[in-house]
Amino acid sequence: MANFSVVGQSVFRKDAHQKVTGQVLHVGNIEMPGMLHVAVLRSPYAHARITRIEKSRAEKVAGVAVVLTGAEVAKMPGVDPHFGPAFRDQPILCVEKVCYVGDPVVAVAAVDRRTAEDALQLVEVDYEPLPAVLDVLAAAKPESPLVHQQHRPAKAFADLAHVKAGQKSNICYQFKLRLGDVDKAFAEADRVFEDTFSSPPAQHMPLEPHVTLVYLDEAQRINIWTASQTPSYVRTEISNTFGVPMNRIRVRIPYLGGGYGAKLYAKLEPLVTALALITKKPVRYALTREEEFLTITKHKVIAKIRTSIKNGEITGRKCEVYWDTGAYAEIGPRIVHKSGYTSAGPYRIPNVWIDSYCIYTNRVPAGAFRGFGVPQVIWAYDSQTDMIARAIGADPLEFRMRYALNEGEAFATGTPVKSFGVKQALQEAADAVEFSKPSEKHSSTKLRGKGVACGVKAVLTPSISGAIVMMNADGTVNVLSSTVEMGQGSETMMGQIVAEELGVSFDKVHIVQPDTDITPYDTITAGSRSTYHMGNAVRMAAGKVKTVLCEAVGKKLEVDPDDLEMQNNRVQVRGNEERGMSIGDAFLVKFGSAGTTITGEAICQPEAAPMDPETGQSEKCTEFWFPSATSVEVEVDTETGKIRLLQFYSVGDTGTAINPRHCEQQLLGSAITHLGLTLFEEMIFDEGQLVNGSLLDYQVASFKDLPDLFRPIIVQVPHETGPFGAKGVGETGTLTVSAAIANAIHDATGVRIRDLPITPERVLRALAEKSQAAKQD
Amino acid sequence: MKRDITLKINQRVESFTIDDADTLLEVLRERFKFWSVREGCGVGACGTCTVLLDGKPVSSCFVLAARADGHEILTLEGLSDGESLHPIQQAWVEERALQCAYCTPGFVLSVKALLEENPNPSDDEVREYLVGNLCRCAGYADILRAVRAAQVKLSA
Repeated sequence: MANFSVVGQSVFRKDAHQKVTGQVLHVGNIEMPGMLHVAVLRSPYAHARITRIEKSRAEKVAGVAVVLTGAEVAKMPGVDPHFGPAFRDQPILCVEKVCYVGDPVVAVAAVDRRTAEDALQLVEVDYEPLPAVLDVLAAAKPESPLVHQQHRPAKAFADLAHVKAGQKSNICYQFKLRLGDVDKAFAEADRVFEDTFSSPPAQHMPLEPHVTLVYLDEAQRINIWTASQTPSYVRTEISNTFGVPMNRIRVRIPYLGGGYGAKLYAKLEPLVTALALITKKPVRYALTREEEFLTITKHKVIAKIRTSIKNGEITGRKCEVYWDTGAYAEIGPRIVHKSGYTSAGPYRIPNVWIDSYCIYTNRVPAGAFRGFGVPQVIWAYDSQTDMIARAIGADPLEFRMRYALNEGEAFATGTPVKSFGVKQALQEAADAVEFSKPSEKHSSTKLRGKGVACGVKAVLTPSISGAIVMMNADGTVNVLSSTVEMGQGSETMMGQIVAEELGVSFDKVHIVQPDTDITPYDTITAGSRSTYHMGNAVRMAAGKVKTVLCEAVGKKLEVDPDDLEMQNNRVQVRGNEERGMSIGDAFLVKFGSAGTTITGEAICQPEAAPMDPETGQSEKCTEFWFPSATSVEVEVDTETGKIRLLQFYSVGDTGTAINPRHCEQQLLGSAITHLGLTLFEEMIFDEGQLVNGSLLDYQVASFKDLPDLFRPIIVQVPHETGPFGAKGVGETGTLTVSAAIANAIHDATGVRIRDLPITPERVLRALAEKSQAAKQD
Repeated sequence: MKRDITLKINQRVESFTIDDADTLLEVLRERFKFWSVREGCGVGACGTCTVLLDGKPVSSCFVLAARADGHEILTLEGLSDGESLHPIQQAWVEERALQCAYCTPGFVLSVKALLEENPNPSDDEVREYLVGNLCRCAGYADILRAVRAAQVKLSA
């Protein structure tokens, strides 16, 4: 690796001390005089018309400031009662009808939470039930009842500019990819594999539930403190929803207690803003865990995948992917598009057909979840790829290697791939688990097997990150960025990149937390995009500061500024370190006064070539890819169906690792979380009613699920335009876990699981079916 | 109903009036502003509101304040002065056992209790003891290493 001073070093987190002492600021710690608290009455019906709301008794309760209905919100002057990042379909409070069990209907703001909850008990709502749409495949049919009569595009993001208004269908968005002639490939095939894989809805479960505080300041500006991954978007959404100029809104985000995609776009902010505007008091709404389950989920997905084989080679693949986006589209269309186009895998397949559908149902809305939908499609394609290899007698590793794209070859979208370490990642994973050596036979009821899987995600493109770097006369630096620190280590990453660029020590860099009054626009803190996009932005902004300072010093020393470098907190002549000065002296040379600043601003805005709407073909569909591979050895208890992970390796191609230990930590955390999602996590609905919406009933990965042997492995295939060659890593570890485990279970037992989660019950049932079939033979 | 109680919180004796319905979590956060005590689930299942009651970890969301009358409470704020770190906290930083860190106060206190009860736990005993503290960033491997590092520091 090139000669870097702090990039590539595993420096410690910037925020460690305040976090380990518990002194860290969260929105839930902020109190204001006269602050009101919120409780919300939610729909008990999956789909119903609101016929009457009686709230006068609730309004008379002492301590209640307001009891608010959707009809009243709709009458607020200049207010659009619906919001959303793809379609403006989600009501601040339900106006005429409710669309899922848990949909917010009436909000109370009161002096404390208990008073607000007591008042809610006195609100009466009458409903007239409507036919509910609960099954995603049935919802896609033309004869299905409709969740929404029409779909109104939000026009908030460049990558969703092609989303069209729609009506008379629950399919609010469809992505199509057509490459070659799939029909011909299937007609000429020796053998066709056809399988359906399902993934259930699940909950992000950030330990800090959503919380938002809104107040009007002395200038009557709307001030929002919120646990959000999207400060810039929240400001835009509040501006559009309430008809307020952007500079009359200030959004600030302290550290988040986890996000994982749950805290993207607008959630509580529109409602709490409405309550603050009406009451003229500070209002805070903190969701309970039960409400969190009713706010946002991971998409349930049904993926049908057909693959044709001729002369032992893959000739075609057809994917139909059905995404249950719930009652409101949320960011479903982006997921259906960006993940949809990767549904056939990172493989060289001459004929590909993909239909990816975003479908409304009367269930809890689904949105981004660490991995952005890609884990669901890899679950399908890399389970099936394994099945095909084993069925035709090929080695599953060699089979994948044969088809995995090489540098410069075209993805199914027609885009040549760059910095595409999928083969390297797969090889590392296979070597770690010693894939070529079969598992040792251990006992007749505890069967062991090995599995690998690989896959790739493409970063959201186009998107935008702006940053300002302000260097102070004492050589310290303030970085103004709207990237949200939610645990991933973004502050540390930015600090390392700026310190490297300006030649100052890491501890001299302070990262200013997102504040839309001072930090520039950033599309989103998500999708593994911040290291590349914000990393480039802060690096370029720092470079502008360096240019200004070097010009001043160059004039003074009578040397070409291009011959100067910044190193060791100095500005000096390259190769002649004696000739130069401290940063403090350089500022004095430029300004002659103490306490001055130099500011640089930059925007990183990668573009994509628009996809052909009929074929999904594009010369450039993404700025970078991040390949993933997982290998595992499992032990299947054939008497209980329980799966034990004996070895677990998570491999990611991160590009240059800015902070290797933190990259490993991202792989490890996302892989263990996805282990839970693979083996037991599932939101269970009965007629649209969530039946396990509490942590008493919903299980997530705990200490007991940590495998005996777990190792993250970083592969570094540098990206030519990444900051110092870096890409992204936040989601990589999630991508290939489920398929690797199912493939290992098959290796151990010969049974194939096609539905997540892989519960002991499912394993036992599959084992029983297999022995039944064996008896009949 | 209102009632007067006396608690020793972080070495300070406090007497005050509560409502019978108040949980220990509500009292610690709303009255005393111990913000390290955080509500994660409200049903005693996630461990983010863990405090030590007479040295034993409890989920403060699941303990009525009245039940704590006459007892001793330790929150993370009482573990160190905020400047110098307790050996467990040092281990947490060194082994990078935190990301979003919403779970950290609960984990650190549970580990304090664990290592006092059992200064030399096996891996399985650590897992068993900490099963009630969830980390959704899922840094369990880092946390396990931090427990080991803390053990070394405390026995030194």
